[in-house]
Amino acid sequence: MSLLDTPVHDLGQRRRSLSQSLHIDPSLLLGLLLLSGISLFVLYSASGQDIDLVWRQVVRLGVGFTVMFAIAQLNPAPLKRWAPWIFAIGLGLLVAVLVAGEIGKGAQRWLDLGVFRFQPSEVMKLAMPMMVAWYLSDHPLPPTAKRLAVACLIIIVPTLLIERQPDLGTALLVASTGIFVLLFAGISWRLMAAFAALGAAGAVLKYFYFMHDYQRQRVLTFLNPEQDPLGAGYHIIQSKIAIGSGGLYGKGWLNGTQSQLNFLPEHSTDFIFAAYAEEFGLFGILILLAIYLFIIMRGLLIAVQAQDTFTRLLAGSLVMTFFIYIFVNIGMVSGLLPVVGLPLPLISYGGTSMVTLMAAFGILMSIHTHRKLLPR
Amino acid sequence: MAKPTTLKDHFRETRLFTHRTITALAFTVVLMLMLMIRLVNLQVIEHDTYAVLSDNNRVHIAALPPTRGLIFDRNGVLLAQNLPSYSLQVVPEQVDDVDITIEQLRQLVSITEDDERRFRKRYQSSRRFKPITLRTRLSDEEVARFAVNRHRFPGVDIAARLYRHYPQGSLAVHALGYIGRINERELQNIDTSNYEGTDFIGKTGVEKFYEDILHGEVGVQQVETNAQGRTLRVLEQTPPEPGLNLHLTLDADMQRIAEQALGEERGAVVAIDPRDGSVLVLASMPGFDPNLFVGGIDSKTYHALRDSPDQPLFNRVLRGRYPPGSTLKSFVGLAGLEYGVVEPDASIYCPGWYQLDGDDHKYRDWKKSGHGPVDLNRSLVESCDVYYYDLALTLGIDRISRFLEPFGLNDLTGIDTSGELAGLVPSREWKRRAKREPWYPGETLITGIGQGFNLVTPLALASATATLSTYGQHLRPRIVAATEDPDTGDVVDFPVVSNIAVPVEDHANWHYIIKAMTDVVHSRHGTARRIGHNAPYEIAGKTGTAQVFGIKQDEEYVEEDIQKRLRDHALFIAFAPAHEPKIAVAVIVENGGSGGAVAAPIARKVMDVWLLDKGHLHPKHAGKTP
Repeated sequence: MSLLDTPVHDLGQRRRSLSQSLHIDPSLLLGLLLLSGISLFVLYSASGQDIDLVWRQVVRLGVGFTVMFAIAQLNPAPLKRWAPWIFAIGLGLLVAVLVAGEIGKGAQRWLDLGVFRFQPSEVMKLAMPMMVAWYLSDHPLPPTAKRLAVACLIIIVPTLLIERQPDLGTALLVASTGIFVLLFAGISWRLMAAFAALGAAGAVLKYFYFMHDYQRQRVLTFLNPEQDPLGAGYHIIQSKIAIGSGGLYGKGWLNGTQSQLNFLPEHSTDFIFAAYAEEFGLFGILILLAIYLFIIMRGLLIAVQAQDTFTRLLAGSLVMTFFIYIFVNIGMVSGLLPVVGLPLPLISYGGTSMVTLMAAFGILMSIHTHRKLLPR
Repeated sequence: MAKPTTLKDHFRETRLFTHRTITALAFTVVLMLMLMIRLVNLQVIEHDTYAVLSDNNRVHIAALPPTRGLIFDRNGVLLAQNLPSYSLQVVPEQVDDVDITIEQLRQLVSITEDDERRFRKRYQSSRRFKPITLRTRLSDEEVARFAVNRHRFPGVDIAARLYRHYPQGSLAVHALGYIGRINERELQNIDTSNYEGTDFIGKTGVEKFYEDILHGEVGVQQVETNAQGRTLRVLEQTPPEPGLNLHLTLDADMQRIAEQALGEERGAVVAIDPRDGSVLVLASMPGFDPNLFVGGIDSKTYHALRDSPDQPLFNRVLRGRYPPGSTLKSFVGLAGLEYGVVEPDASIYCPGWYQLDGDDHKYRDWKKSGHGPVDLNRSLVESCDVYYYDLALTLGIDRISRFLEPFGLNDLTGIDTSGELAGLVPSREWKRRAKREPWYPGETLITGIGQGFNLVTPLALASATATLSTYGQHLRPRIVAATEDPDTGDVVDFPVVSNIAVPVEDHANWHYIIKAMTDVVHSRHGTARRIGHNAPYEIAGKTGTAQVFGIKQDEEYVEEDIQKRLRDHALFIAFAPAHEPKIAVAVIVENGGSGGAVAAPIARKVMDVWLLDKGHLHPKHAGKTP
């Protein structure tokens, strides 16, 4: 314990670079800055050249990077100690939002704290992997059956609370952050497959025996939006038209008719990928995905190089959650997955979820730059 | 920290974690490849499809309705024009709640029950993205009020339109006709693509007959629109071709004189230039203001017009079928001469009645005391019935109908305006077909004086009179003289169309009848002498009265009216100058009584305008007169 509290430079003083003393990972920073730059360009076009909106995004990015830098300065050790407390606070907030939550966009997600409003589920996106990692890290891996059961409980309770808001998308995302920890902790694939089968069976059972007709109809629309071309399907049809009409090279910046003429809904937020694909084409997408893949690989490398179980599990889970955002968003915009309201990380216009993401990258940087430099 | 019993194997854990990380990376790459396959599919393989869909989204075809042709009289007096107006339009798919929208619009512009009913009818049947007119002819104030509040009404907009206006009001309404909203039935018969953006269509008269020419060709505009349907810019356009202007043969001044001359009477006046068949006057009174029908007449006004006992909507000139009465005697007399059954100077004795052999029935002359000895000339001048009973019997119905048909009395005249009905010249064959009865000799008698089954429209009567005046030259009456392209000013004259001429046996026979008809007007005993004594030109005419057989069972009249409505119809046909005719006229005054006293003066007024005021009696370039 006392070892972990000791500042890094006290232990070994060889080759301390500037980035290390600033607790910054240059590779990650480069990737994030590239994404931010792309985001501003695309937003300017997708918003119909609304420069005010671009400036607001600049401010948010500023806040996000500040949060990232701040968290990067923290040693991961206290993070581990605080994990149960952060988790407990997150749980408490989730309960509070159910009781006194303000209606925002038809669901109770927001908590008004007077000065600003925020979504407690965002806290849970970080608190969940921290809690599960904390719970598993001090014992041999893979975890025993008993420990696994408790870990599952840790995952299920907040997931259900968020699902009740109701916000199924976030609930699944939060659950997956915990599940990723379990996967990195080495639970057997066979067990994982069994869980997946159990979950699927439960869903089918619920669909056939515990749902009203209108709920079933909603599920059907959710699975196949195109059968409702003027309602839920409208988004996805227009989005596919935007992507498809972009072609190999795209229509060019500011020339995307789908987004410029408002045919594409939510073109600055959840569906910004379609606006980007329309204007920059398949080549633009390749560049974007390459940047994302670069960030993911760098993140996974950080996880592998992490020096204790807690940070490893946490880092792995955070990186994979980042990927899930990307996959689900692009999958939904291109009509591969049902529409769930997840933004495209760092490109979509929006505040809270970006700050959470930047906090996660702060944690990654902290993990990487606070390593004890062991002799080779 | 950790319990001593649970030793962690760091090496093994690290290896496990590394394996899991590699698996995670592989998982990531595989899913990303899936996304790439999906995107390649959308952007490369199906790119063409989506490119078309994208264009379909943004590019809309907007119709550019053509401007309707103007209508002028023969002297360039404007009879029908287009005035700009603003109308309120609603695009159904952009309006959330129509009821609320209409209620809110009511606070800004007046919307009548009729407006709303009409709108709702169209709202149910038309396509969701096409604008529907809610109100037409907004006042400037209403336009301003709406413009300020426009942001409150998505999907509602003001459209500048041209609407039809008839500056002369009711003048010549039965010739011009009017336009109105396209109805369901008309929609079946028109090329709907050419009527995109056009709400109105010719309903009656010239407006209907020349609909194709007046309407023009619709233009198209490819416009880029946003998702809300607002037009952003024009990509491509084909301008509409405006309809052609029409120059009528009608003379607005004569038309006005004729309508004023009829005054409060119900009746019809038709004047034709026998030289080319031009219809100079086509008056049916009473008339109505066609402007009422443009943009929709309200039902109260419409019912008042429809149910009026004077039947202002009824086109008497084209559709009124009257017994020709004694006006037919000129033709029957001519038939007698041409068939050689009449010796012009031979007289018969008229005791005031006529009887068929073996029949008690007395066929009466209008003059109870009788005309005494009557020859052909006198029979026309005094309009002796007995002479024509005898002549008709001698001719027989077969020859009478055979002679009358080439004058167009059994057919449509073929005038170029819509709604004409054909007259009727009875024959054995017709009676067998229509009534399933044989022909009786008594019916031949009354056919000889233009009663019985004989029916003629004022237009056909005027046309037959023109044919008589020109020794059988049978021209089709025409109301449009020329079209004019509003862009280029190119004028295309319509040709004079000749029907088959009436066969002439001997010109002297025709001359005899025409001479007798001038005596009708100019001799001391002529039935139309009151218009002849001061005429500066020679008029050939024939008076007539047509018996009214009774009033319809379902009509109610006050007693005073019954007396009036049981009176005979007054008729008069004439042409002038008698031997070089430049105008032929037919006048019918319903229940007018005497043709000579009531109908003839109207004809005289019309002829005066044409021959004296308009100078056709002595044209300035008189050298060319035939």
